[in-house]
Amino acid sequence: MNKINELFNKEISVINMGLESFYTDLKKQDVKAIHVDWRPPAGGNKKMASLLSRLK
Amino acid sequence: MKVNYEIRKNTYYDSVTLMLISKEIKKMEGIKEALVGMGTDLNKELATMLNITTDEINDLGANDFFISVLSEEDLNMKEISIKVDELLTKKKNDSPSDYNPPTLDSALKYQADSNVVVISLPGKYAADEVRKSLKSGLHVMLFSDNVSMKEEKELKTLAREKGLLMMGPDCGTAIINNVPLAFANVIKKGKIGIVGASGTGTQEVTVIIDKLGEGVSQVIGTGGRDLKSEIGGIMMLQGIEALLKDPNTEVIVLISKPPADEVAKKVLKAIENSPKPVVVDFIGGDKELIEQYGAYSCATLEDAAYKAVALVKGEEVEDFNGFTLRDDEIDKIVEKEVSKFHSKQKYVRGLYTGGTLADEAMKLLNKDLGELYSNTPLSPKYKLSDINKSIKNTCIDLGDDDFTVGKPHPMIDPTTRVERIIKEAEDDEVALILMDFVLGYGSHEDPVGEMIPSIKKSQKIMMDKGNYLSVVCSICGTDKDPQSLEESQRRLEEIGAIVMPSNAQAVRLASKILKELKGNC
Repeated sequence: MNKINELFNKEISVINMGLESFYTDLKKQDVKAIHVDWRPPAGGNKKMASLLSRLK
Repeated sequence: MKVNYEIRKNTYYDSVTLMLISKEIKKMEGIKEALVGMGTDLNKELATMLNITTDEINDLGANDFFISVLSEEDLNMKEISIKVDELLTKKKNDSPSDYNPPTLDSALKYQADSNVVVISLPGKYAADEVRKSLKSGLHVMLFSDNVSMKEEKELKTLAREKGLLMMGPDCGTAIINNVPLAFANVIKKGKIGIVGASGTGTQEVTVIIDKLGEGVSQVIGTGGRDLKSEIGGIMMLQGIEALLKDPNTEVIVLISKPPADEVAKKVLKAIENSPKPVVVDFIGGDKELIEQYGAYSCATLEDAAYKAVALVKGEEVEDFNGFTLRDDEIDKIVEKEVSKFHSKQKYVRGLYTGGTLADEAMKLLNKDLGELYSNTPLSPKYKLSDINKSIKNTCIDLGDDDFTVGKPHPMIDPTTRVERIIKEAEDDEVALILMDFVLGYGSHEDPVGEMIPSIKKSQKIMMDKGNYLSVVCSICGTDKDPQSLEESQRRLEEIGAIVMPSNAQAVRLASKILKELKGNC
């Protein structure tokens, strides 16, 4: 069975990145969800972000 | 005029929260213009446009926060700063005070059974997070736009290799296991599975399915570009395969604006020998081609819902091209509206928050009224040279990029439409306003309530000049949505608006009124 059909048989558990209202909407419906306190990598400095990603 | 500002380094808030706070600050006494935002290039450009920038603001990075206001007199910046904090705290308190990890990896450690990532970050950061999610074996719904076609192709190819969903970019709606994600209505659980490449189009179909007493098994969004040649329908094909295998799906519905020809054929080939009936709405696309592959073609989104429900119930499949009300009831409404206009009044102005609904309206009106002017016209000849000024028959998609630079989508913040309807009412040749109201999760908490004062004001502007403004609308919502469908409809009808059961019916009624009006001239 592919993973999409597997998902159809599981409880949805969401990671939300970005608009917090999408997360609060899920919480209101008692859907399992976690909101990431996301920030632009390296303070939005693209060059620094690309250097950092190479460290991982 | 004086510019006052405050800067907070390394303080991050999401863009929609800040845009809504900017709106509140602008309402404060003595303030002409306000921008509360992160120091992104877009916000810095916006501050320059609004004449509220400074050298310090121009030096900020995307992780720095600023408040800048324009006022006639000196004002106490501290007061504004306190108000912003109050609003930020209020927003924070509205949300549950759970642990918010800083990265995807840490979120995954904290919530190990996570299986779907919903991403609505600024476009330029989104692709990296999608890639990480897919590599971690997680399904993705990507709401963000401004993701390149090349990245979309790469990410969808990766998703296909891993057997995962990659819904988007620019995917507004999905319902997985009965859970509405992003912009979606609360729909009964049922046997109809949908793969949709257009957000509000998909919402409209699901809402009508629900009104007809059926429900959905899964609603998979693909993002609007999935059926373009460059992407080749990767996610729609994945979605079809999953729904064909899904024992809870008995009927499949595919929704998209007209696809590239070779992609349409590829998609239809995938359902050619389907043991489950398939209904296809390539909004205004090639119907014969659809039927050649053994699928049911549709005239409207509403027609798609009617056909899918008939198939589930084992009833005969018929075209639905008319009205829910009886013909004589419709004629009565038309007659009553037409009797109130001044002889100069003759044009329709469609003010839409849903892009696909605007598109459907133009395609239906085109048959009776000829081509309409728009910011997103059916043919380039009818593109408005100034999107803020309607010409003759005009239909506007207020959710298009033209109107949303630095502002939330009108389904979240209806301000652009609140202002636009007044402008339309000042034009003596306007007879009718056509509108959509989209309820459900993601949307504004009361889209109807936000519009009512300005609809009333528009009606009065018209009345004071001896004219009459006809308001015809539809509500894309169910009785289970967080906003009350019943109350929304009641309040619109109370001020004389005509609320039709679907966008297609609202457009058909508008068309009948205008044709009758033309006949009388």
